[in-house]
Formats: sequence, structure tokens, C-alpha cells
Amino acid sequence: MVESSKDKNITMHTYSEVEQVKGYVGNFDVRIRKKARSVEMSKCTGCQVCVEACPQVVPSEWDLGLGTRKAIYTPFVQAVPNVPVIDRSVCRIFTKSKEKCGAACVRACAAKAVNLKQEDEIINEKFGAIVVATGYSLHPWQKAYGEYGGGRYKDVITALHFERMLQASGPTSGHVVRPSDGKEPKNVVFIQCVGSRDESKGVPYCSGICCMYTAKQAILLKEHCQDAQAYVFYIDLRATKKNYEQFVLRAQRDYGVIYTRGRVSKIYQKSDKLVVRGADTLAGVPVEVEADLVVLATAVVPQPDAVAVARMLAIPHDQFALFTEAHPKLRPVESVTRGIFLAGTCQSPMDIPESVAMASAAAAKVMGILSHSELMLEPTIAEVNAERCSGCLTCTKVCPFDAITTVAYDGRTVSNVIASVCQGCGTCAATCPASAIILKGFTNEEIYAQIEAPFKRMEKEVTAGAPA
Amino acid sequence: MLQLNAETVHTCRDTIKRLSGEDVSRCFQCGKCTAGCPVAIDMDVTPNQVMRLAQINGRERVLASSTIWLCLSCETCSTRCPADIDIAKVMDTLRKISVAEGYPSPEPAITGFHRLFLASVEKYGRLNELELSIKHNLAIMKPTKDIRLAVGLFSKGKINPFGGKVKDRERVKKIFAESQRFVKVYPESIEREAE
Repeated sequence: MVESSKDKNITMHTYSEVEQVKGYVGNFDVRIRKKARSVEMSKCTGCQVCVEACPQVVPSEWDLGLGTRKAIYTPFVQAVPNVPVIDRSVCRIFTKSKEKCGAACVRACAAKAVNLKQEDEIINEKFGAIVVATGYSLHPWQKAYGEYGGGRYKDVITALHFERMLQASGPTSGHVVRPSDGKEPKNVVFIQCVGSRDESKGVPYCSGICCMYTAKQAILLKEHCQDAQAYVFYIDLRATKKNYEQFVLRAQRDYGVIYTRGRVSKIYQKSDKLVVRGADTLAGVPVEVEADLVVLATAVVPQPDAVAVARMLAIPHDQFALFTEAHPKLRPVESVTRGIFLAGTCQSPMDIPESVAMASAAAAKVMGILSHSELMLEPTIAEVNAERCSGCLTCTKVCPFDAITTVAYDGRTVSNVIASVCQGCGTCAATCPASAIILKGFTNEEIYAQIEAPFKRMEKEVTAGAPA
Repeated sequence: MLQLNAETVHTCRDTIKRLSGEDVSRCFQCGKCTAGCPVAIDMDVTPNQVMRLAQINGRERVLASSTIWLCLSCETCSTRCPADIDIAKVMDTLRKISVAEGYPSPEPAITGFHRLFLASVEKYGRLNELELSIKHNLAIMKPTKDIRLAVGLFSKGKINPFGGKVKDRERVKKIFAESQRFVKVYPESIEREAE
């Protein structure tokens, strides 16, 4: 991230949101809201003195509540740019709290970079292509899984919490501990498929990444706590890529991780332990483990605002709100909307190497468009006969690609197809009450001619075959 | 309810490894052993379940199972195992542990046959077939079961009605004493065998 932020051909808009996308391939008009950071980027030296000065402590989102941050903060150590931001929803100055801080950050900053009056900035810019890489979110398991405590047990955490604890720069300085009492756990149970492959409570698909990160976390647990023992409950082990199977076998053989095939039915508290009740479907027996810590591999789900993003970009999504690729085999990184590409987990759950491959492919596809001065298109697109068009604009409403705009013609407003956006679906041609729109290659005359051709040949054959 | 406990799980795997030389933890439950087993259909626990129970210290279930006694040691499973585990050997080890720990056999006819077989070998240094079949048929209360077969077997010289003895029976006794040591002093024998 640091590297790309320094590249002269890359402009990074952090703490910003895309609010509106209009236009089409090669001509996207994008409105970006650069949110008020309350710190001048040009003046800030990244010394973090303001962060130290701030007295307002709140739970850190980055550490999922395991650690804390200040009201003025950088979300994590390697964050780009290394410029803090004031969270106005908790800052004592902005919330007009009774506890006064005396603008400690402003006073602390030697570079006079803290600017409390800064306002959101709107940037309107033109872009040739868009790569959507909005990532994923995690299944809200607390609501769905009452049998796992539904969030009541402090020592039932998600894999992301566990990941934060493994981090040397994380909230526990790299120590794996029980959130309830801060003690090092001995028996740690990992439960896979929490929300995944669960049609009644979660999503029916496989999240694809949990088998591998669970194996990784089980190995790292052993490396962090010598005395710890990992247990893994799984439905199927899906370790399908290069060296993946060997990695899982290593967890089992070299690190003594006990894998049990079966879904956990219930977790309950017994003194300070958590009893995990599951089944070993391979042995055909119900089993129980007394655990100190339980780690859930929660399902990969789309971002909560994925549908809104899809609508803004006019790209399709599936029933789960995962963005749909133009073709599952032949055009896996493109959206149906020309000029908009997909990368990573916004399209489907995938791991890091796959996301990197997809992003590289999307970048290459973008280069393929931008390196040419002209765009080559399919010839079968719609065309408006302006003479016949009455200007009712029904077509603009039915077009799924927003490919129809309006132009002035002979003193009237008529519709007009943007050739580079049109996908040739024919909906407008079928809808037009005045038959003013044709789909090139599929006009009524052409289709009738196709239908009639075999009959004409048959007629000829019949005539030729008849006795003279 | 089986308590999954890492300590006993690893001890169980280690014990089997020390006694049989086979690492049951290598089993990834493909089920090929069960698929090829000629007697699996009559077993109360299938061979792959035996391997799984051996992995997770499900000893009560596996040591009392009919499976370990029904196993014919035909070694189809061992030959076909993709993880290269000698499953028949594991079965044999489980039988030993089952006897040493005094589990009642769910297949008394089979275990009884084994005992009579060994008693005969111990006594004569070789098998006395006539004595074995008579004793076994009496034990299972079907004394006349093989009478028709006997005539043919005698007349063709397949069975010696008087049996026979090996010369050096002292050495046979030594072999038996050695094998008894395992049965009698298990689990201490584990430690000694490890040395």
C-alpha cells in the first residue's frame, strides 16, 4: 500500500467515498466525497503526538473491540497515509462533551495540522474504467447461532479476533489469551462453517477460505502457546490448491491438531470452561470437548451496502449481493457493464492469491481498454430512428444498462443509444411503441427473411421434384 | 458421550504406534478399507470407524467391538490403503489390547476358537486338527457339525487322526511364554517394548 501511494501514476483517495457514478466506458463521471479528516494532509508529519495527547478512549474497530483507540487516530500502524483522523462522532469537541479536553490535539500539534473547521470536499473527476474491489464482511453469527451462545460467552470469538491476537502489534501484543480473564488458553476449539453451508441460518455457499486459515491459526496457536492444543470441527476439508492439502496434513501430523468431522451442536458454560458438544460422524459417536477458548470461522458475506454500490454502478449482483461476473468461465473479472471490472471478494469468497490474480487480471483488462484510442464493439447493438421516435422515452426506463440518453433532433427531444454501453439485449426495440428502435442484425425484416428462407427452399424442391 | 481430550487422544495414537508400528493418525477416512472388507457387512463398527475411534481414543467402543474379532486378517485393507497403513496389523494390536484389558468378547465362538488353536499349538508344537475341531464343535454345542467332512478328510490323508508333535517343544514353550508376557503385563509391556 505504501508503495502504490508513492507511485506517480496512482492517486489514492483515502477516507473517501464514491457517491455517484455516471457515464459509460471511457467516460465515467465520478463524484467522490473526501470526508473531513480534520487534519491537514499537507502539514501533518505523522508524529502521532496528537494521538498521545487525546484523552478520549474508545474501542478500536480495527481490533474488533479487543483493544482501544483515541478519538484522533490512525486505524492501524501501517495505514496509508500516516495521517490521523478525528472521529467526530466520539471527539469531545465535536460531541460537545461535558468532559473538556481543551482541544488537546490542536495544542499538541507542532505543525499546526489539526484543522477542526475542515469540511468534506467533493471531487468530480472523469475516469476511463472502474475496478470494483469493495471486499467482504462477516456473517453476523450472534443473531443466528443461539446454540453457540449468541455472543453471551466472552471466550467464544471469531477467527478475526484470533487473528488480531496473533499480531505482534495487536491489542494483546501477540499473546493468545481468553478475553474473559486474560489467561492463556490450553484447549482451543475451532469451529468451521459458522454461517457457511447453512441454508437455514446463513448462506448456502462455501466460504472457501476458512479451511485454510483455520489450519493456519491452529498451527500458529501451537507456536504462540507451547502447551495449547487445537481441536477443529469441520464438515469437509476443502484444501484444493497448490500445497494446501499438505498444509492441513502438516497441522494434523506435525502440530497434533485434532480434526473432527461434524458440526458442533451446542456450546455451554461449565465453571470457567466451555463445553463444546459435537459429533464425530466418521466414528459415529457424539463427542464433547472442554475448551478454554472457542474460535468461530464465520461465513464470508458481501458488504452490507453492496446492493447500493451495485445500483450506483449499474452492475448486476446475485441473490446474496455478490457482484456478478459477465461470464463465469470466459469473462470472470468483468461486469456486464462495459468498463467496470471486478476484483476480489466482492465477486465471490476467495483467498489472497486468488484475489491478487483477479486484481491483476482486472488491471490488465483495464489496460486493454485504455491503451487504445478507439473501442471495438459487437455490431449487434440498438439504433434509434430519430425520425420515427416520438420522444416518449419508454426505452430509457427499460434499458438495463442505462445505455439510452436523449438528444435534440429537429426541435424535439428524442432518445439516443450510446453505442459503447449498449449490450444488444433488444429490450428497447421490443418495447418501443413507435417501432423506432432497431437491433442491428435482428430487424423484423431480417428475422422474417430468415424464417422464410427454408420455406422458399422447400417450395423449390417440391416444384423441382414434381413430375412435369 | 466421548470426551475428546488431547492427552488421551495422543496417548492412544502413540500406544498403537508403539505396539504395531502403524500411525493411525495418518488415516484420512476415505473408507477404502470398509469398501473392500469381505466381512464389513457383519461388523458392528466398520473398519474405517475403527481407525477413527483409534485416532480419538474411543477405546470402550472399539475394544468391545465385534469388528476386531471378525477381521479375517486377509489384508485387503492394508494392501489398498492410500495412507499406507497396515490396518490388519492395527486390528491385531487392538485384539491384543482388548484381551490384555479383559474386555469380554462379543464373538465368544471366534475367541474360543483362537484359544483352542493356540492351546493345541502350545501342547504339541503344531496343530492337532482333529482335536481342535472336536473341541470347538463341542464348545459351540454342535458336536456333529463336521462329521460328514471327517470321513473324506481321513480317507484322503488330509488330516492325521493321531496328530503329531514337534521335536523341540521347549522352544515352542519359550515362544508362548514370551507372548504371554505381553498379555499379562500390559500396559507395562509398552514401556519395555519401547526400549
